[in-house]
Amino acid sequence: MSATEYKTYMTDKIGPLPFCPGCGHHMLIKALDKALIKLQLDPKNVVVVTDIGCIGLSDRYFITNAFHGLHGRSITYACGLKLARPELTVIALKGDGGCGIGGTHLLNVARRNIGITLLVANNFNYGMTGGQHSVTTPTGGVTSTTPWGNVEGPMDLCGTAIAAGAAWVYRGTVFDKKLPDMLAQAIEQPGFAMLDVWELCTAYYSPRNQIKKKELEALLDSYGFKTGLLVDNPRAEYSVHYREAYETGKSVIKKKTKIDTKFDNSVRKQTGIVIAGSAGQKIKSTATLFAEASMYSGLDATQKDDYPITVMTGHSIAEIIVSPERIDYTAIDEPDYFIVISEDGLRRARARIEKLPETCTLYAEETLELPDTKARIVRLPLNETAKKVGRLSIAVVALSAVLVDTGLFPVEAFGTAISAFQKKKIADINLKAMEAGSELLNA
Amino acid sequence: MGREFLEGNEAIARGAMKAGCDFFAGYPITPASSILHYMLELVPAIGGTAIQAEDEIASMGFCIAAAMAGRKVLTATSGPGISLYSENVGLAIMGETPMVIVNIQRQGPATGSATKGAEGDIQFTRWVTSGGLPIVALSPATVGEAYELTYRAFNIAEQYRTPVFILANKEIGVTRESVDLDAIELPPLVKRKKVPKGNEYLPHYFERLTDVPDISDFGGNHIARFTTSTHDKTAYLTTNPEIIQEMIDHYAAKIDEAADDMALVREDLEDGAETLIISYGIISRSAAVTVQEVRSRGEKISSLVLQTLWPVSKAAITKAMDGVKKVIVPEMNMGQYLLEIERLAPPGVEVIGVDRMDTKLVSPAEILEKGGLL
Ligand SMILES: Cc1ncc(C[n+]2csc(CCOP(=O)(O)OP(=O)(O)O)c2C)c(N)n1
Ligand code: SF4
Ligand SMILES: [Mg+2]
Repeated sequence: MSATEYKTYMTDKIGPLPFCPGCGHHMLIKALDKALIKLQLDPKNVVVVTDIGCIGLSDRYFITNAFHGLHGRSITYACGLKLARPELTVIALKGDGGCGIGGTHLLNVARRNIGITLLVANNFNYGMTGGQHSVTTPTGGVTSTTPWGNVEGPMDLCGTAIAAGAAWVYRGTVFDKKLPDMLAQAIEQPGFAMLDVWELCTAYYSPRNQIKKKELEALLDSYGFKTGLLVDNPRAEYSVHYREAYETGKSVIKKKTKIDTKFDNSVRKQTGIVIAGSAGQKIKSTATLFAEASMYSGLDATQKDDYPITVMTGHSIAEIIVSPERIDYTAIDEPDYFIVISEDGLRRARARIEKLPETCTLYAEETLELPDTKARIVRLPLNETAKKVGRLSIAVVALSAVLVDTGLFPVEAFGTAISAFQKKKIADINLKAMEAGSELLNA
Repeated sequence: MGREFLEGNEAIARGAMKAGCDFFAGYPITPASSILHYMLELVPAIGGTAIQAEDEIASMGFCIAAAMAGRKVLTATSGPGISLYSENVGLAIMGETPMVIVNIQRQGPATGSATKGAEGDIQFTRWVTSGGLPIVALSPATVGEAYELTYRAFNIAEQYRTPVFILANKEIGVTRESVDLDAIELPPLVKRKKVPKGNEYLPHYFERLTDVPDISDFGGNHIARFTTSTHDKTAYLTTNPEIIQEMIDHYAAKIDEAADDMALVREDLEDGAETLIISYGIISRSAAVTVQEVRSRGEKISSLVLQTLWPVSKAAITKAMDGVKKVIVPEMNMGQYLLEIERLAPPGVEVIGVDRMDTKLVSPAEILEKGGLL
């Protein structure tokens, strides 16, 4: 706490509050001032966050920090401030209009329990834009956009926040004597605290619907809504919980293995290799190991993958380029080597296989029925071999066979990549698969 | 030192970390999601916060506020997400917020092809928010550049108090390449210029229009104010047309006048060449193959690769066009940057767009053919 005693947290430097005579926002802002006076917080540690609407005009009348953002989004800025600096006291103001357009933020801040205070100035309509209906306009309420009476049902803001898991929720009218105290309590909550404060828009909603203080209270009763503190159920504030989860979680940054040149290669030009198989055949990760092996052999490499968004079904195709020089153009228009392992891969790649040039070698699982192609075809017992060494290693089997046949770079480089980048248990299986694959075209 | 086999998205995350990024908020979308994953691995480890927000609007809200509270922030999405960022980009401009926004472009419009590349958001980025004020956007062509330009984007953001876009492409974001990030030379890190303790803080103070106001963070040494509404140098609302115009002139001038400073280009100009290819992003690599091909025939050709797309690097482009008869602009869209080149081309210079938007790269063969270089 600072040494000065703050008799008010408001400034008159920019004139009086801008609201219409009798507007509930006057009382609400004064209540917030009283709460701050009670708490005597250092204004530098307090941020009043608003969005657009008449209520959004209020932040600048405080001597605290002020953040005035987009319509319906004050919760997001308040959360951003709190996440960035958990030591700040962050108070977000929002109208009922803002609660409509920014409804998802209300749900999510309640659910996450980010330690901001949300003060809703609920006047049943959009004051700023001319008294249109909002998500809290009572059924039958007359507004600019419900001239014959609102046919929509009002949203129970507190009930909604509570259902979403809000830790501290209060409802009342702006006429409540205890509002400043309740606001002070809310601000002191470590977690998310919300106050739904019902009030009058004297320019639009009140005169159109003959609502004054008494009618406002009757309206609350008519809904059967409880008032006062509805929920006080503290739990870990988000930033605290986040840190704890991080510290106790097994969060380790994977150490980056660097690749240095250990082997020779016989690649003289940019060489395109396509491998087509099925989801679950480890096509992508094996292609990555193959590319890394080429890097151990002093080559440059690129890799692109093609697979359905539903990753565990259908085809999986990887395109690898290896080159002794910088790779500029990363598409493979005319593959040098094409490997097809499964029906899924064949189905996806059929049109491409039909167009392969005669300079290409097509390595295919022996049981597949291939379309006509100009490519040189090499049949391989991939399934049969993989059955022996491990089903998930079929791509390793295939690419090892290709390496031995083409001599692009030593199959040992593939082994080095496997050992360097895979967990020992998996690497051991893949090294066996590599051996088995290497023998397929050796014989 | 040492090579790795990395996708562009990881390079972007690592570039951000190298620049001191300690706050990330984003919402999953192909092909940008892995940036969110990498940042969730990297940011909390240095004591920062990375969070999946409820939507793109919240992502931007979190990021803008965190940036104004002193964090170095990154967010990442793709075209559909940029649509939802739009209004808050305006807010970031209004509040002079330093932040980096990544767009891993994918084929659009709308949902388009989530897993396919395109560069259809070039002009969208320029005019991404209402008001039409200048925007800064850098476009990487390789995984290495994704790293470097993300780092540089943070420097620009801090130096000019502005949001900066990384306009990448699925073809870079999720393509792996052999790269040695440590071998990439980076400029020194730019630190946000802060108002000294004890001095008065005017959130938007400038003397000359091009001055960048010193900042004081929310929660720092001063009372801070930030507003979406038309304001004066103190960040208080104003309706005075003179002040309004002055502030708008300031926002525009601090970016436009710095265009040469921000101009990152790769020039490969040949004396006496009559043809120039101007390219950016992934397609600049097709252009590089085209240039090699033409030169291997003993013919002359020049190339200008733009890494800074916005603001337009007018000086570099004008210089490159000097004396040429034909400019070829290959793009993965329907001809967007072409408009800028046409605007700058001297009379009599033929400007040819070579573009496609079928998710495939514009090939060197296509540039040769459609560019009349066969
Ligand atoms: C994106 C967007 N849509 C619409 C508006 C126009 N607008 C300004 S204030 C407002 C409604 C405000 O109502 P409420 O939040 O209840 O505040 P009140 O004026 O009643 O205090 C609207 C729709 C806007 N500023 N931004
Ligand atoms: S329009 Fe309504 S909400 Fe706005 S200031 Fe006037 S009375 Fe208050
Ligand atoms: Mg309202």
